[in-house]
Amino acid sequence: MNLLIKQAHVIDPKNQVDGVFDLLIKKGSIAELKKEIKADGVEVFDAKGLHLFPGLIDMHVHFREPGFEQKETIVSGAKAALKGGFVAAVTMPNTNPPCDHQSVIDNIIRKANEVPFYIFPSATLTKERAGKELSEMADLKRAGAWAVTDDGSWVSDSLLMRRAMEYASMLNLLVISHAEDHRLTSDGVMNESVVSTKLGLKGIPDASEEIAASRDIILAELTHAPLHLTHISTKGTVELVRAAKAKKLPVTCDVTPHHISLTDEMLEHYDTNFKMMPPLRTEEDRKALVSGLKDGAIDAIATDHAPHTDEEKMAEFSDAPVGVTGLETALGVILTKLYHGKILSLSEIVMKMSMRPSEILKLPNGFGQIKVGTEANLTLVDLNHEWMVRKEEFVSKSKNSCFIGAKFKGKAVVTICRGKLWQRQS
Amino acid sequence: MTTVWKRKDLVGLKDLSANEIKLILDTAKSLQEISLRPVKKVPTLRGRTVANLFFEPSTRTRISFELAEKRLSADTINFTGSTSSTVKGETLKDTVRNIESLKVEIIVMRHPASGAPHRLAEALPVSVVNAGDGINEHPTQALLDMFTIQEKKGNLSGIKVAFIGDILHSRVARSNIWGLTKMGAKVVVCAPKTLLPPQVEALGVSATTDLDQAIKDADVINLLRIQTERQSECYFPSIREYANSYQINREVLKHAKPDVLIMHPGPVNRGIELSSEVMDGPYSVILDQVTNGLAVRMAVLYLLSGARKKVVEK
Repeated sequence: MNLLIKQAHVIDPKNQVDGVFDLLIKKGSIAELKKEIKADGVEVFDAKGLHLFPGLIDMHVHFREPGFEQKETIVSGAKAALKGGFVAAVTMPNTNPPCDHQSVIDNIIRKANEVPFYIFPSATLTKERAGKELSEMADLKRAGAWAVTDDGSWVSDSLLMRRAMEYASMLNLLVISHAEDHRLTSDGVMNESVVSTKLGLKGIPDASEEIAASRDIILAELTHAPLHLTHISTKGTVELVRAAKAKKLPVTCDVTPHHISLTDEMLEHYDTNFKMMPPLRTEEDRKALVSGLKDGAIDAIATDHAPHTDEEKMAEFSDAPVGVTGLETALGVILTKLYHGKILSLSEIVMKMSMRPSEILKLPNGFGQIKVGTEANLTLVDLNHEWMVRKEEFVSKSKNSCFIGAKFKGKAVVTICRGKLWQRQS
Repeated sequence: MTTVWKRKDLVGLKDLSANEIKLILDTAKSLQEISLRPVKKVPTLRGRTVANLFFEPSTRTRISFELAEKRLSADTINFTGSTSSTVKGETLKDTVRNIESLKVEIIVMRHPASGAPHRLAEALPVSVVNAGDGINEHPTQALLDMFTIQEKKGNLSGIKVAFIGDILHSRVARSNIWGLTKMGAKVVVCAPKTLLPPQVEALGVSATTDLDQAIKDADVINLLRIQTERQSECYFPSIREYANSYQINREVLKHAKPDVLIMHPGPVNRGIELSSEVMDGPYSVILDQVTNGLAVRMAVLYLLSGARKKVVEK
């Protein structure tokens, strides 16, 4: 593809670029980035008034294939991601079969090429995600895995986790931890707070996350292995990560758009679209997460896009599966709450949604920055586009969003991935 | 100003006003004498249909509702079953829509999931009466408890009611807390720390782990059934230790007011939360609660049916 993008406001914190430029894409690669480019015979896209970001990267999605194609497929998930402005995502391994064998990884990467979209799959940390034996990580790495995690099944065996971290770091595989002590979660379905008492729903204490996060941080110190805590949700966990960073431990973390914008008060109507793991916490936690983003304790924003069918979410609150979709709403939430809310600058938002994910995952040069000579993976954003989230407009196979009916300001209008232009959004 | 009942449903006491609660209690009072007549039946709900859907075992609540419906001359249908959440099958909403299609006007439902009746009431035009949802609410039980207290003590305002037992998992306690605090009663909840809900004081009650403190000055002691399986879930070491610390017996009652009322929503574990001598003794109004339950449930059905009629007439 050849395309000349005229007069876009480029935000690239990695290379300290923040200004209006022309950008020329030739054969899918970034050929030039200058104040003014003249090129004949090339399609011109007038981006005046739009912002150009390095393509967004989501460190935590569930594309459900293989095994749960009724919820999402790699292709439908990738399309939802592209619509939301994302060019790459880390898929979680809780598929059926789980990603504990190279053939599963191989299949996922191959299917992503159909769209086109980049998937950097995570593989399981243990065989069958059972928490008993290490998965064949070297083999999984060769097949294309970029990280290892048992996601929702936190590895409670500390010895096994120690070995997993040592082994994974030897292979340069990032260990991602969904920190949750399942014994403490017990049969809880929402945050343990005055709201759970009022609603008569069983609560999940902060300690469920914080005990697990503490142990993993201590093991990162012991093993020197990079640890990424995903979707952290409590004030206590932010403090744990901040303390770990102060000690220069190799610990990073991400937070979801829903945890930085919503609280457990939203559960008042027992709407299962507000049921997720970790649960929505209190206003105090929400504020601590926002502060963590601001001061750098929190490195990244990830959606934890977790599609479930309407039929599954129609169940009663205590019976419904956990998780909400997020790819198509993430940028709207973040720009509305954090940029227009005057909390983060655009550079900081690009750091959280592209640059840092790329660095943490050690992705190639074409990600997390806008660099001449690399493949074009870019997101064009209209900061002032006002829109409402409508259930019928989701591209994802599932519609279980906690933002249906919400009004946002700011949207991805064009996503360019693998040097190809994804359709412009209305 | 007289209160008029406008609600389609009774899902809980959390959202009711004091006036609405008073209206139900006053209505129950006026319906009480029906059950004392030789012919215990009035035609109030003749031609109307009520479905009792019990997705959880229940004896006394189900029988009480059914009898209340029959005394008001409603046609009744009963469904008792278990729900298995994870199995794919008909959703609750579909089940109820099917029943609604048979022109049933009121659904009385007990369900193991907190919030189940709230979701139905919001989604469907049928009237929903919550007969117990998970660990959340059991509004008619709380109403009959309040009715009984008012009957015996003359009023609710200023009355101190102590709840002893598994507060955490008790929908009876939760509904009573909402109702009693709105009516100006003082509520204290007492349990081992493991069975007190987090931040329960925020609901306007005081909480203690000390039984003597809870029952001191109490006008009413309302006991909650302790479920023996909680022991295996680490809530307390043994039934024996629980009974030693929290049982209401003659010895414990020496510290209580001489005219204290003993209440229990049933079924009672005799010899665990309550000794037989107290259960069968003069303080106990447990059987009055059962009798009053009938009048309270008749009142709720009557008011909901009236509200429906007004909507139809419009």
